[in-house]
Amino acid sequence: MLTELTIAQAHQGLKKKQFSALELCQAHLNKIKEQDKSIHAFLSVDESAALTQAKKIDDLLATGQEISLLAGISAAIKDNILIENVKCTAGSRMLENYVAPYDATVVAKLKKQGAIILGKTNLDEFAMGSSTENSAFGPTRNPHDLTRVPGGTSGGSAAAVAADMSIYALGSDTGGSVRQPASFCGVVGLKPTYGAVSRYGLIAFASSLDQIGPITKTVEDAKIVFEAIAGQDPLDSTSVESKIRNSKFEIRNLKIGMPKEYFVKGIDPSIERLVKEAIRKYEKAGAKLIEVSLPHTEAALPAYYMINPSEASANLARYDGIKYGYAALGKDLMEVYLKSRGQGFGPEVRRRIMLGTYALSSGYYEAYYLRAQKVRTQIINDFKKVFQKVDVLLTPTSPVLPFKLGEKIKDPLSMYLVDVYTVSVNLAGLPALSLPCGKVGALPVGLQMIGQPFSEHKILALAEIFEQL
Amino acid sequence: MITKEAVKHIAQLARLGLSEKEIGKYQKELSSILDYVEKLKRVDVSGVEATSHPLSMENVMRKDEVLSSKKKLIEGYLKVKSIL
Repeated sequence: MLTELTIAQAHQGLKKKQFSALELCQAHLNKIKEQDKSIHAFLSVDESAALTQAKKIDDLLATGQEISLLAGISAAIKDNILIENVKCTAGSRMLENYVAPYDATVVAKLKKQGAIILGKTNLDEFAMGSSTENSAFGPTRNPHDLTRVPGGTSGGSAAAVAADMSIYALGSDTGGSVRQPASFCGVVGLKPTYGAVSRYGLIAFASSLDQIGPITKTVEDAKIVFEAIAGQDPLDSTSVESKIRNSKFEIRNLKIGMPKEYFVKGIDPSIERLVKEAIRKYEKAGAKLIEVSLPHTEAALPAYYMINPSEASANLARYDGIKYGYAALGKDLMEVYLKSRGQGFGPEVRRRIMLGTYALSSGYYEAYYLRAQKVRTQIINDFKKVFQKVDVLLTPTSPVLPFKLGEKIKDPLSMYLVDVYTVSVNLAGLPALSLPCGKVGALPVGLQMIGQPFSEHKILALAEIFEQL
Repeated sequence: MITKEAVKHIAQLARLGLSEKEIGKYQKELSSILDYVEKLKRVDVSGVEATSHPLSMENVMRKDEVLSSKKKLIEGYLKVKSIL
């Protein structure tokens, strides 16, 4: 089946002329037509643009030219990443008719390689949530069990890859939004180091936490996409060039840390068992296993849920009914603001804006926001200390299996608790990857690998070993 | 529990028009989240610097320019509601 191919396999197939780029693209478009009515991974599909691009790649191949690894390869892009002249909704009524005036740097890089962009994928509104149920355009369903959520917020991207509707996808990860849906959908998700990938053209949510990352079928593919999108960008002043290139290591010299705070009450026992089995496989292969402690882990989630809404409330101030998007009529300017924002934003976005505004408001700033930022320093120091002893940390990606649609949506705090293993990584700006490590019934379980800043190649290499164990 | 008045005040600061019913809902939800966040108070942060950004870097400037979306341009200007 053409749709089941990985990037590396499809590239070989194109080069050897086993199939054309047009056939490959058409196969994915057909798969979307068959599957996406029930899954709803895509918010929009641009069939003619995809087919036109595929023909171009076939023309290149016909003249015997070398093509890059991503040329002719189908991709899906989360709908908070801009593609020039394509609608970018961020899953919100606020931006329902917003057409992007330029390409995000990651999109420009993929286009330059000759990527085939199939369409835009569903997400929780403005990337706030953990299940993709907060999309203003309806939820996405988990391809492994349609009664369950695909995770979030990049749920559309993960579901599109898991259901073979796209070979790979881009997502964004502010507190686990690439890794957790990858875990729920049984695919690979990489959240790069803060600054490793340009965010120019990513709709800003919580700017000290957001990163763009790939969602793929294999670790090899994650590496291919990461290398294609990484690098310093003059258009994103927070982007940097990675200084670390060499990732060579021998498994017998590798020290793996297991943070004890990640294996406590609250984790699903079947997840704990599978993750521990996976870790034991590395031990058998020769790695040294060390139990470590990240003592401020319990404070990470509350710190995150102060910092994240605070930054969001500032970033989303731009949606005022004047500059962008949804605009309501009012008798004066204040009424225009109140109505446009009250009606244009969904319930979770309004909740975060309220929380953030509260945490930043006079009288509460020190007790909430400033305190959370100090706790953030403690969390970063925990990781620094631990990485003096070990090379990488292995943990579960999520404490729970993919849950039923509607199960957590009515209790916001219960939804926030799902992020308990992923948010620390964003607070500390570290790279981390989620890798499928088994299933409970039909439901996939993810193993999370956390590395030191700019050690993406090391965690990718380590993850690749797991696929062979 | 935060008061209804506090919720109304925050909504006004955030320029969010909410109905009475929504004010009641957010009062409950924000209170439960803020109770949870109380955990932060158990951490000893004396003498600890705040982190606003995971990388330490200096300001990097670029040219500032307006990129218009599909909204109508009139004589090169964006038409918006009167704000004065």
